[in-house]
Amino acid sequence: MSHNVIVPIGPYHPLLEEPELFQLHVEGEKVVDIDIIIGYSHRGIEQLAETKHLDQIPFLVERICGICSSSHPYTYVLAVEDILGGEKAVVPERALYIRTIIDELQRIHSHLLWLGLAGHFIGYNTVWMWAWKYREPVLDMFEMITGNRNNYAMFKVGGVRRDIKDEDVPVLKKALDELVPALDLFRGAVMDDPVIQARLKNVGILTKQQCIDWCVVGPTARASGVNIDVRRDEPYGAVDRLDWKVIIEKDGDVYAKTIVRILEMYESVRMIRQCLDKMPQGEIDAKVADIPAGEGIGRVEAPRGECFHYIKTDGTNRPVRLKVRAPSFMNVASDKVGAVGGTISDATITLAAVDPCYCCTERVAVINKPDNRKIMNGWDLIKMSQAKTNKIKEEMKQ
Amino acid sequence: MKALFYYLIFPGFLFSAVAGLLSSWVERKVTARIQWRVGPPWYQNFLDLIKLSGKETIIPKQARATFLLAPYLGLFSLVLAATILGLALFTPQQSFTGDLIVVVYLLVIPAICAIIGASSSRNPLASVGAAREMKLVLGYELPFVLSIATVIVKTHGGIRLGDILAFQMNFNSLFFSFSGALAFIAALLCCQAKLGLAPFEVAEAEQEIMAGTVIEYSGSALAAFKLTKAILLYTMPVLLILFFLGKDISPIFSLAKYIIILVVFILIKNTNPRLRIDQAVRFFWGPVTAIAGLALILALLGL
Repeated sequence: MSHNVIVPIGPYHPLLEEPELFQLHVEGEKVVDIDIIIGYSHRGIEQLAETKHLDQIPFLVERICGICSSSHPYTYVLAVEDILGGEKAVVPERALYIRTIIDELQRIHSHLLWLGLAGHFIGYNTVWMWAWKYREPVLDMFEMITGNRNNYAMFKVGGVRRDIKDEDVPVLKKALDELVPALDLFRGAVMDDPVIQARLKNVGILTKQQCIDWCVVGPTARASGVNIDVRRDEPYGAVDRLDWKVIIEKDGDVYAKTIVRILEMYESVRMIRQCLDKMPQGEIDAKVADIPAGEGIGRVEAPRGECFHYIKTDGTNRPVRLKVRAPSFMNVASDKVGAVGGTISDATITLAAVDPCYCCTERVAVINKPDNRKIMNGWDLIKMSQAKTNKIKEEMKQ
Repeated sequence: MKALFYYLIFPGFLFSAVAGLLSSWVERKVTARIQWRVGPPWYQNFLDLIKLSGKETIIPKQARATFLLAPYLGLFSLVLAATILGLALFTPQQSFTGDLIVVVYLLVIPAICAIIGASSSRNPLASVGAAREMKLVLGYELPFVLSIATVIVKTHGGIRLGDILAFQMNFNSLFFSFSGALAFIAALLCCQAKLGLAPFEVAEAEQEIMAGTVIEYSGSALAAFKLTKAILLYTMPVLLILFFLGKDISPIFSLAKYIIILVVFILIKNTNPRLRIDQAVRFFWGPVTAIAGLALILALLGL
């Protein structure tokens, strides 16, 4: 990297709402290299989880991500139920269906949110506003089922917290019916618009081999022809009792990623409809009392890809270790191949096309201490602040 | 004295500023309605401008002297262009020979000033924005001049705005001829780029280069840029009316045409994503130049 200019995207930038830093090395408009620097929003959630009861942790991991806020608690309860012998062995039938309904509704809302943001990133604010308008009914459905628009607080070890009332089912079905024309609208808008195609086609291409090399997951991988989906490969909830298909595209460009997400929303609508039809009556909570010592893993297909939790317990009511791996952790790194070689305009939409979610991703903050700098902890900063306050007080006295 | 009144009050600075800010309000309001939002009240742009003028103007340490000159130079020359166009529209007999050429020159200066200001701020993002603006100017000037040449040919060598209007009043609006309609479409697209509206807002692409050319500007200098943008939004439809839709320029008809052209700009803006700069230049040098060139040939053949 000799004399080229660095265009920083971040730590605070209109493109992305979360703090992270992409340093684009550019020659003119062309991106020749990219440095991905994350670690601005590390919150120490894994450490915090070791201080909580097993029942409190769903509340905590729900806050890892505001958008896929059912994936993390779902993955966590799957990990704990893995110790008990698996989800199907523990959880009542009706709860499985409710879990799947929540998970798929979340996928619709997350993909609509991404679609809107993607429109915003290529300067098409009308798509942004329209996508978010049609996302509102989905959030209303959530509010009806769970009482919350986000952070649903539905998952607990052994079942779910709230039942879906029988009188709500027709209302939900009607809302789903009304959602389909909106999805048709977006599918048409993306597939028929030559300008959108000019912006998205052959941009940020990830080949199938690159996807495998960089361990890319979720819709980003499926858009490149990698046939993976946790829902099919290791079914959880009620997904193996439903009729649906995994959406695969071949091209690997941003356009293919958009198409995969749009078509996945149709599949999610189908799955929720079937769940509402097939859902049996019965208990929703197995009332699990004790968790024995052991190790368990949970895998869930979050809207961005495979979400993974590992838990180790020692027979007490607190975990010894909770390890979280969010899908964006795998996907963000692939920007290194996706964004290099394009222009700055292409780089922004390529960075956004993996649907990155940074605060989900950040588990560890590694600090390289430069020789001449002191690294301060919280107490140092408080002392510094007090010293400054005293200094100002002195100045004001004079 | 009279010239000063024309320049400062009507139809110069004050009038075009008010008209421009109201047009920007129309732009914001219509955009908001298209996007299912409510949109601001009509005085919002005035408040924004007043507030911005009162803010501190921060000058980067490394900036060159042209940093502060650029926004005001752009504003002055644009107001001059708006004055000439306004005089031609409201009192056609007042226009002078060759004012068309003067206007075409003056309308380039705001873009050049944006480039000068951006490059004197020495910000890497601003320099990317300046490079994009320059490429865009190179892209749209050729078809723009070609479509104006069509107007000149159609009006038998009219390089006086008054003559062009008089010709259209006697015969028909140039828009209602083959060559005129084609030239109008080319000029409309060029104006969209001159205005820096999507799909051609590449120089200020917020999500890519954080407002690009104006990234280092603040306070009254930024207000001058914003005002330039607003006045440009008033000037461009007036220019199109004068050149292509000049049959009936009574106030009501003029206003109706003005609003229709404005809404066309806004609709194009809201139904297109931002193009890449290479796509934008290719678009102007390819199809748009072809349309404008065809219009010129048809005009020479008398169609």
